[in-house]
Amino acid sequence: MAKTSIQVTVNGKLRQAEVDSRMLLVHYIREELELTGTKIGCDTSQCGACVVLMNGSSIKSCTAFAVQADGAEITTIEGLATDGNLHPLQEAFWNNHGLQCGYCTSGMILASVELLERNPHPTAEEVRSGLQGNLCRCTGYHNIVKSVLAAAEAKGG
Amino acid sequence: MTSRIFGSGIRRREDPRLITGQASYTDDIKLPHMAHVAILRSPHAHARITNIDTSAAAESPGVVAVYTGTDTDSVLNPIPCAWIVPDTDTKAVAYPAMASEIVRYVGEAVAVVVAEDRYQAEDALELITVDYEPLPVVVNPEAAMQAGAPQLHDDAPSNQAFHWVAAGGDTDAAFESAEVTVKDTIIQQRLIPNAMEPRSAVASYMSSMGELTLWNTTQNPHIARFVTSMVTGLGEHKIRVIAPEVGGGFGSKIPVYPWEMLAVFCSMQLGRPVKWTETRTENYVASIHGRDHVQHVEMAANRDGTITGLRSLVYAGMGAYLSTAGPGVPTILHGLIYSGPYDIPNIKADIYGVFTNTTPVDAYRGAGRPEATFLLERLVNLLADELGMDPVELRRKNLIPKFEDGHDVALGITYDSGDYLLPLDKALDHVNYRQLREEQARLREHNQYMGIAVSCYCEICGLGPSQVAGAVGFGGGLWESAIVRFYATGKVNVFIGTSPHGQGEETTFAQILSDELGVPVDDIEIVHGDTDNTPMGWGTYGSRTTVVGGAAVALAARKIKDKGKGLAAHLLEAAEEDIDYEDGKFFVRGSPDQNKTIQDIALMANVAWNMPEGMEPGLEASAFYDPPNFVYPFGTHVAVVMVDPDNGNIELTRYVAVDDCGPQINPMIVEGQVHGGVVQGAGQALWEGAVYDDSGQLLTGSMMDYAVPRAHMVPDIEVLSTVTPSPHNPLGIKGIGETGAIASTVTIYNAVMDALKPLGVTKLDMPLTPERIWLAIHQG
Repeated sequence: MAKTSIQVTVNGKLRQAEVDSRMLLVHYIREELELTGTKIGCDTSQCGACVVLMNGSSIKSCTAFAVQADGAEITTIEGLATDGNLHPLQEAFWNNHGLQCGYCTSGMILASVELLERNPHPTAEEVRSGLQGNLCRCTGYHNIVKSVLAAAEAKGG
Repeated sequence: MTSRIFGSGIRRREDPRLITGQASYTDDIKLPHMAHVAILRSPHAHARITNIDTSAAAESPGVVAVYTGTDTDSVLNPIPCAWIVPDTDTKAVAYPAMASEIVRYVGEAVAVVVAEDRYQAEDALELITVDYEPLPVVVNPEAAMQAGAPQLHDDAPSNQAFHWVAAGGDTDAAFESAEVTVKDTIIQQRLIPNAMEPRSAVASYMSSMGELTLWNTTQNPHIARFVTSMVTGLGEHKIRVIAPEVGGGFGSKIPVYPWEMLAVFCSMQLGRPVKWTETRTENYVASIHGRDHVQHVEMAANRDGTITGLRSLVYAGMGAYLSTAGPGVPTILHGLIYSGPYDIPNIKADIYGVFTNTTPVDAYRGAGRPEATFLLERLVNLLADELGMDPVELRRKNLIPKFEDGHDVALGITYDSGDYLLPLDKALDHVNYRQLREEQARLREHNQYMGIAVSCYCEICGLGPSQVAGAVGFGGGLWESAIVRFYATGKVNVFIGTSPHGQGEETTFAQILSDELGVPVDDIEIVHGDTDNTPMGWGTYGSRTTVVGGAAVALAARKIKDKGKGLAAHLLEAAEEDIDYEDGKFFVRGSPDQNKTIQDIALMANVAWNMPEGMEPGLEASAFYDPPNFVYPFGTHVAVVMVDPDNGNIELTRYVAVDDCGPQINPMIVEGQVHGGVVQGAGQALWEGAVYDDSGQLLTGSMMDYAVPRAHMVPDIEVLSTVTPSPHNPLGIKGIGETGAIASTVTIYNAVMDALKPLGVTKLDMPLTPERIWLAIHQG
């Protein structure tokens, strides 16, 4: 299988690799970089467990090839906290019981990061609408919505 | 006075690893020299295998080995069913790890490939050629029992897996003399559990020692070890099962599946670790489904609204084989709770378990009790319509009056405690029921269709007394155990046999221990999920972990307290009967300054420099808790919907849950359980359903086709509670993990039917999709 050379900045660190052209981005992140905080829930871009930020936009990494990330900046859940401080969304999910089994959480938090970038003061309805690409089976979304609203508030709402 | 830690909604100690991506689930585990397993699954629902050619796959790049059923048949025992209910003539047909002659559902394994990486394994699967001779297929459980239906197993005539009857009172007489009867046929459609983490296993067999380690996404690692031993023939003491972080289960991770046994087989054959992780599409056909009942149900009553009888004829689809706990779900966990919160003197449950050419069915959140609550609450509403009574008043009339210590119901079980009016009145008050009905009437005048429903439920959980488990054919005990170990530094590990996976018991069990012994909650760590370093336990399901496992923690803590008292007396040179304990301190009665803290005791017990005569060193206690009864949480739920007759759309505008699970250890976690359960139940009412075509193909085979509720589809859930302690539980607690799913499906269903009443719609099957609503309105 033909290998392709890629350069990707992941969580601020420049990575170089030779990857199979068919390798999915999520497998590159999980298997090659061993950043297993990014999850695979459905393989068909329905559930959002695999969401990462690529150049600031949330994307479903199970439906992108690693080669498509060539030259891009990727942020995974492992890269969200800075200097040992949790990101306000991580803090808010913790404070508001925005997770139970935790499997959807990485994707949910990263999708929420982008949501608040675009709309720093969303209504509950806008949060629900903005997170419809991310499935959670545990929380019924109630506390996820609460968490995102709390994070918006904490960021100076 | 500091606030009590028991009852405090502290944030979860599990969360830091989960919100940072540091938690390790099974698929995150990578071992040296690990190979990858992929499974070839049958595309036919029923077919004879005439030939399998694996030669090209074996030559494919990276492939280490290819196996078929002929390889596993002689090595692996069939996957056992662990719940054979007595007196049911159960046909425990052999469920092979891989089919070698006949496949009986789409998704059954026919070959496995082991390769150096997952891509290579998947590539090789495509090179395997299997010749099938299709056989006739049946997917509906009622149809499967009719004469002439295709037969799945030679030793199960009419596809009858079992027949269970439970009766109390004289039901037939009650119906003969009834002033009024109502009946319905209810399709409890098949559901797919959809734990967000797909199933996964890493098997590592060390041939020199004959030892197997199995990382497995399971709700019950000790049961998984037991069954793995039965299937492989390895001694239980040579098997270590580790449930690392587990990403949801909802019942789907109770069973031991053929798939992880195939991973074990591959590792044992090759002498190297292997990983198997399913795709979501595999999950949909190869992890268990839930529900799948066809129910013919009827209720008898007097004209004044007194319910006199209830009976059912149920065809419960079991799928093609009996899954681990499958037969117990539509029987023990379903029929026995038919009376719910009502005083119904005559009840008969007549239930057939049926084989069909579908994925096996097992416990899914609520497991039997949502199906019971649905038929009961549906019939009560139909009865209210028949009698022209307000459905709330009809309920009020039939609720069992308050009891604090035991109430026998017609089917022979004894509820622990109940005060059903308490949540009913609280719920009605909260929503202002009268005003809601007025608003509904007003809206109807403007052709706007609001629906309101109020449900009362009582369910059975906290499984359960082991003697009862044995009597009803459960192939294990249902007690739990805990070891509380104090270190010299005063820090504590609690080792528990049960296996939480999202329910937050690392937090709530620390709260229990902290409350019992006055140790700061941060000085306590709860250890679970690894059979090599935890005591025996039966797992997390049936809303049992906190109720049964939490009680074991409390009892172990109380043993620590007893020992601490003896040591404190010795160190304080006082008589033991003069020692009191409060807030983490042992002190001489009347002289609180003469005291030893629990940390002092932990130090002195661990160094053992000055122990009383005959007292063993160390501060450690182990407790086994076998509950004397189940627990019976209850509550009232209210749903409000708006239905748009022009397009059939339903908006769930309001959902109120008032639940009584006794004293709450952590109200934040309790509320979270209710939120999640309610939305799962809403999913069944409104959107979800696993659909097979007549040839046994799963039409809803991906998340694109099966509608798991999304954030924008549901409202905030209003959660309230009342507190009625269980008289027999050491903490007074009852389970709360499933109540949401148990009550919400029928509450939302009844609300929609209530909205549709002026439009003449009286009968609809779930899920209540806009298409179904629109057709019912416009085509009658």
